Amino acid sequence: MALIHDVMPAFELFQPVTVADTLALLDKYKKSAWVLAGGMDTFDWLKDRNKRPEIVVDISGVKEIRGVQATSDGGIEIGAGTILSEVVQHPLVKDKYPILTQAAEVVASPQIRAQGTLGGNVSQDTRCWYYRGGWACYRAGGNICYADTPSAINREHAIFDADRCVAVNPSDTAPALIALDAKMVIRSVEGERMVDAEKFFIGPALDITRMTVLQPGELLTAIRIPATWAGASFYFEKVRERQVWDFPIVNVAAVFVVSDGKIERSRIAVNAVAAHPMRLTSVEAAIAGKPRNEETAKLGGERAIQGAKPLAHNEYKIPLMRNLVKRAIRGQTA
Amino acid sequence: MENAPETPTTPRSVSRRQFIQGVIAAGVTASTATYLYRGSGSVLSKSSLAGSTERLITINVNGQARHVDVMKQETLATTLRYKLGLAGTKLGCDRSECGACTVLIDDVPRYSCSVLTHTVRDGKVITIEGLAAPDGKLHPVQQAVVDHQAFQCAFCMSGFIMATAGYLKTNPNPTRAQLAHGISGNLCRCADYNKILNAMMHAGELMRRT
Ligand SMILES: Cc1cc2nc3c(=O)[nH]c(=O)nc-3n(C[C@H](O)[C@H](O)[C@H](O)COP(=O)(O)OP(=O)(O)OC[C@H]3O[C@@H](n4cnc5c(N)ncnc54)[C@H](O)[C@@H]3O)c2cc1C
Ligand code: SF4
Ligand code: FES
Ligand code: FES
Repeated sequence: MALIHDVMPAFELFQPVTVADTLALLDKYKKSAWVLAGGMDTFDWLKDRNKRPEIVVDISGVKEIRGVQATSDGGIEIGAGTILSEVVQHPLVKDKYPILTQAAEVVASPQIRAQGTLGGNVSQDTRCWYYRGGWACYRAGGNICYADTPSAINREHAIFDADRCVAVNPSDTAPALIALDAKMVIRSVEGERMVDAEKFFIGPALDITRMTVLQPGELLTAIRIPATWAGASFYFEKVRERQVWDFPIVNVAAVFVVSDGKIERSRIAVNAVAAHPMRLTSVEAAIAGKPRNEETAKLGGERAIQGAKPLAHNEYKIPLMRNLVKRAIRGQTA
Repeated sequence: MENAPETPTTPRSVSRRQFIQGVIAAGVTASTATYLYRGSGSVLSKSSLAGSTERLITINVNGQARHVDVMKQETLATTLRYKLGLAGTKLGCDRSECGACTVLIDDVPRYSCSVLTHTVRDGKVITIEGLAAPDGKLHPVQQAVVDHQAFQCAFCMSGFIMATAGYLKTNPNPTRAQLAHGISGNLCRCADYNKILNAMMHAGELMRRT
């Protein structure tokens, strides 16, 4: 819990300045190594002594993975080590994919955005307070979920895809990247692989101890956004309890291509409702070919929440998610 | 480790060299210098890899180069307060949730409780102690706070002053709403936000005048 200790427990610190050196270190130390980018997720774990890595590999000095560039296909590539405030301010992002600008701008607080990275934002762990408080739950390797007992406090937990664990993914940028069909570039000493943003995030059914496909020894180096959705119509909205610091209760990111008054194609994703951000393919299919109006919005909203299963204290998330999806389809914030 | 890759020349590896020079100056015989300069991989200990970190470092705080022995896991707030005696930087939550520890790193407001000191070797750190001019003239943000008696207990004050000083550099003429958003990463337990904002708007005015 949030006790203030003198300092973090000791670890060995490496500060490589190239990707090659970073990968060599991650390969050498595998499971005992912890990647440190901005540290805004990491330091809580270490200070609270609930994760005790022996080796910390600080990648903040690796310039190769920092910055935003145009790609030859008309899209952009964002280095995983790019600071969130750089993402917010970057004209290329703002011009082509303002939905990502908006998503990055509502993360946490100005100081956190000035240090946290995009790679760290998508790789961050869940905020389930039992787990983060050091309770030996399923996700921590134990055999109980403390958030899903009769007396549990689970206002902010999942309404979809629970499998023993009912925690949610709290990232604000993740749904925007899924809506934009981004590709995650992952490297290890073995080589490079590219994973669709949609597949990068995983739920407890696949692996209850991780939130992403990243394995020990791997480094997320870049996020590529294809030209496909540049210039489309965008929608992002985040609901949180107070306007600074707070994680999303539910957020939604959506892109639409509308022609002749009809939705030609769309991609819609929500987060903080399951252990992974969810792309709503059934909604996308249901609204295709329909006008972007109240009726279509209603249809999409209802479709979005099909199959939702509330816990004791989070039923409110269902209408909240429905309404956010409706607003996204309707395309205005009223 | 014979084949450990060499660390390219960057400010971080330079500071490592400076450290080694320091060691030489402190009495290692000159004849070993060529050996020491061969590369970072095999210099100080057989087990060091590219990117390994030394504890004895130099950081630039309030315009001065400060030599200090820093643990790998040490936060900047700890170094400032307990090693360099700069206790004007406050520790509230130690969890990036209050802003009391805000300092400027390369002019950008950051939570010093959540920065490893080893990551700012190449940066310029300014704390509340370094804000006034060398002749003692208060920084406009400090002057505005005095003029408005903006704080109550003032535990949050140095954090707010640093956050405002940093924000006004990026937006010298903000609306009240913009300023409120710009310094929204700072909390006041006495909840004196209106008065704080009055003072900080006045600070903007003073800065534009100078
Ligand atoms: C008070 C507070 C409020 C917050 N509010 C929000 C919010 O509203 N919305 C939100 O989305 N987030 C929020 N965050 C969470 C998060 O810390 C930040 O969003 C930030 O982006 C994380 O990035 P980082 O670089 O600091 O992460 P780090 O802590 O450095 O890394 C996070 C995790 O990702 C791994 N990692 C980082 N980079 C890589 C890489 N390149 N390759 C492989 N693994 C990597 C690390 O090993 C670690 O496990 C908040 C955090 C705090 C402390
Ligand atoms: S929701 Fe998941 S992380 Fe939280 S207590 Fe249950 S198993 Fe652990
Ligand atoms: S002490 Fe650093 S943010 Fe609270
Ligand atoms: S004046 Fe007391 S905390 Fe701000």
